[in-house]
This record gives sequence, C-alpha cells and structure tokens, in this order.
Amino acid sequence: MSDRTMSDRTKSEPLLKVSGLQAWYGESHALHGVDFEVRAGEVVTLLGRNGAGKTTTLKCAMGMAPRREGSIRFDGAETIALPSDKIARRGVALCPEERGVFASLTVLENLLLPPKIAPGGLSLDEIYELFPNLRERSTSMGGKLSGGEQQMLAIGRILRTGARLLMLDEPTEGLAPIIVKQIGAAIRRLKPRGFTVLLVEQNFRWASGLADRFYVMEHGRVIDAFAAAELPENMDKLHAYLGV
Amino acid sequence: MIPLLGISTQALFGQLLLGLINGAFYAMLSLGLAVIFGMLNIVNFAHGALYMVGAFVAWFLLNTFHIGYWPALVLAPVGVALLGMALERTMMKRLAGLDHIYGLLLTFGLALIIQGVFQNLFGASGQPYPPPDLLKGGFNLGFMYLPAYRAWVVVFSLAVCLFTWFMIEKTRLGAILRACTENPELTRAFGLNVPRLITLTYGFGVGLAALAGVLAAPIYQVRPLMGADFIIVVFAVVVIGGMGSILGAIGAGFLLGLVEGLTKVFYPQAANVVVFVIMVAVLLVKPAGLFGKKI
Repeated sequence: MSDRTMSDRTKSEPLLKVSGLQAWYGESHALHGVDFEVRAGEVVTLLGRNGAGKTTTLKCAMGMAPRREGSIRFDGAETIALPSDKIARRGVALCPEERGVFASLTVLENLLLPPKIAPGGLSLDEIYELFPNLRERSTSMGGKLSGGEQQMLAIGRILRTGARLLMLDEPTEGLAPIIVKQIGAAIRRLKPRGFTVLLVEQNFRWASGLADRFYVMEHGRVIDAFAAAELPENMDKLHAYLGV
Repeated sequence: MIPLLGISTQALFGQLLLGLINGAFYAMLSLGLAVIFGMLNIVNFAHGALYMVGAFVAWFLLNTFHIGYWPALVLAPVGVALLGMALERTMMKRLAGLDHIYGLLLTFGLALIIQGVFQNLFGASGQPYPPPDLLKGGFNLGFMYLPAYRAWVVVFSLAVCLFTWFMIEKTRLGAILRACTENPELTRAFGLNVPRLITLTYGFGVGLAALAGVLAAPIYQVRPLMGADFIIVVFAVVVIGGMGSILGAIGAGFLLGLVEGLTKVFYPQAANVVVFVIMVAVLLVKPAGLFGKKI
C-alpha cells in the first residue's frame, strides 16, 4: 500500500477554508457566519451541542444545504455555489450522520457505488482489512446490517473514491463501545496515508484521541478553537461549552 | 376440435394468446411506468400518449420515407426517448419535491395535448400498418393457429422486460439507479450526476412505451387514442404489481393479460372490469401491491 501523494500545497495551507458561511432551511437561519480551516493531512473535529450547526456546516461543504452564502474554498477553488456531485468530483466525501446505507443494494454494491474520482483510494481488500465484518457480509442487503456494520460500510464506501477530504458526521453515534474503538482505529490508520478528516462528534472523549485541532460551535458560529496540545488547559472551558 | 370445460380449445387458446399479447403490452408499459415512478416520483400519465407516438413514428417512417418495421423498431423508441428527455428537462424537472398530484396533472395535460394534436392531424380512425414480411403467416399447432407476428411480440416483449430487469437488478448502472430511487441527494453527493440520470431514465421509460407502440402497430392499427384505451388498465397493473416494483410490473402485466383472456372465454361480460376487480382486492389485502414493499 503506497502512501497517498500530498497535493503540491504545503501542510500550512488549508485544504478547506470556510469563511463567513451562512445557511438557511426555509425561513430558519441555521448558520450565522462560520469560519474555520482544515489543513491537508489533519484530523479536525467540530464540537458543539445538538443544534449548534455542525451537521449543516458539513452539508454546506458538500453542497447539500439548500441555501448557503459566504465562502467555502477547497484546494484553493471556490465551491460555495457548486452542486454536490461537482464538489465530490473535486475530492470531498461525506459519511452522513444517518449513515445513508442503501437498503436495496448489497454491501458490495454500496461499496462500489461512488465512482473513483482520483488515484489514492483504498482497494476493496484494504477496506475489508480495515473492517473485516464487511467481507463476511458482502452479499447481504444494506438494510439487513447492524448499526455498527452500517457505520463501517458508510465509512468504507468513501475510502475507495480517492477523495482527499473525508467528512464524518457523528460516526460513533449509537454504537457499542467495541465498534467505536474499531472505527477509531480505522481513522487512526487513515491519517498516515495522507487523508484529511473533518469530524463532527459529540463523543469528545473519543474524538480527543484522534484530532489534531478542535473547533467549538454554538448557535451557528465557531466560538472557540484550540489544538490537541492545548486541551489540558482548556478542559474547564470545553466542559462549559459542551455541558458535560 | 376437443372441447375443454365446454369451450373449444381453438377458442380457449386463441383468447389465451390474445391475453398474453395484451399482457406483453401491459408489462412493457407498466415496466416503463414503474421505472419512471421509482426515479422521478412522477405518475406518468403521458405514457399512453407516448406509446401512441411510437406507433405513429413507425407509421410515418414507413409512409413518408419507406423505412420499414425493423429500422422503426429502433428509430421510433429513440425518437420518442429524445422527445421524452426534452419534456423532462423543460417541464418535469420543475416538479422535483412537489406533491404527486402536480406530476399527475402535468402529464395528464401533456397526454391530452399530444392526443389532441394527433387526432387533429390524423382523425380518430386507425391507420393500417403491415407486419414485416418475415413475420407474415403463422404456424398450425394442431390445437390452435399461431400467427407468427403475435408469437414474435410475446417473445420479444418478454426478452425486453427480462433484459430491463437484469440491467436494473444485476448491473452497476442498475445499482446506481436503485440508489437514486432510495436517496437521490446522497447519491449525487457521491459524485454521480443524478439530474442527468433522471433525464436518461425518463427517456428510457418512454422509449419502452414507444417500443411497445411499434410492436402494437401491426396488431391494433395506429390510432391517436390507442394509448388512452390502454393506460388506465396499465395503471391498474402497476398498482397490482406494486408501485415502483420492476418484477411486479412485468409479472402483473403478463398475469393480468392472461386473466383477462381467460375471462373473455368463461365470462366475457366481466372481461373489461376483471383487472379493476383484482386491483380492488389487492389493495384491500396487500395495499403495497403483490411485489411492492410495505407501506
């Protein structure tokens, strides 16, 4: 397995830069000017309570929020007005909160559904190595999988495409601790291969072992940010933000 | 001739063959409707009109350009598919996310306009369309006479239906279409151009209707209202098979054609309503249809 080639830009330049992002669902104003950036090769986590706007932020970056304004630059190019298929073709992939496993497709069909958009994605064997359950269940229909297997499939599915930015929305939600551990191990193995990961997660304890940097969101804005190394001195603040 | 249950075998098998042919058309039309409903969420009332346009394109090709049946079998569906794709791009696309009733009204209006234009141009009476030379005549099977063209219609329709089922259920393209049916927004976020797939699917669905129209031309003659007569029964077939179910549309199509044929033999007075009686019974017992998912 050869390491993914990094883009020409250096690690200090952001792969994803979100500035002044606003979004609406009908009359409801969900994001009020979100600013953050993700550099190539990083694992960045968006933290915040329910309704803070984390999922909407990911949906905007994927071109799936119905009305959005501001700026989202991916690999130096503006993507705020692009439809989701064009954004995906540029190298962004989303594993949605509800997992989005297609019930009428087999596990293998689900895995092969997203087209390869660039070299550097994982092969089927590599995905099966990360998530051995999927190999055993490759002919099962997506709707017959357990929650943990669905989550593994949803993550495995976006690893094949060669997308450089993987956005994972609440990947541990509702899963048994052993599965949560397995998913954490898989994400850890992706990092040295040059994948950039933007994580939305409420399980702070789990995310703290994975992420390089954290952004805290509240009421549709980013209200604080700190690096993993700054965690110990910010724990009180973080507990106050998250209400834990 | 040996009578069977008091009916001559000639009459029994003759009606069964007619039923099977009707069933072949029901299957092809309801298959197209099922594919379109699955992808576009539109109950395509214009389906019968586009079936008629397919037959008229074949008739027009023959009488104006002397292009015969076999090329028409390809050209008419392709032409109608292009017309359908233009309709989808300019009109149906705007209905995305709206209630079913809007799609029904739009396509019902389109059907009336298309049929009206053809009635204005060609009158209400039928235009003859000869079967191809290769399929003239028939076979004496002893218990019945089997016209070659009718045998061809049954075999070819069945092959088209099974090919479509295979494409949708067993290929990667089919997997993409099934994914689109389930969650178009997410499918698009995987880098697949869903709007283009929807346009192509509508084109394919109405292309199937046009193909059925060309097949029907030598049997029923070419009339502006030939689709209007069929479409109500075809909708009943789709409901019985299960809205959006591919196998349901094919199975119910052939089965109901046969049931209709048998009813013509044993109780002709009920032949026109038997499909609707079955539809009511199925809706009462299994509202999602025989092959549909639970609703």
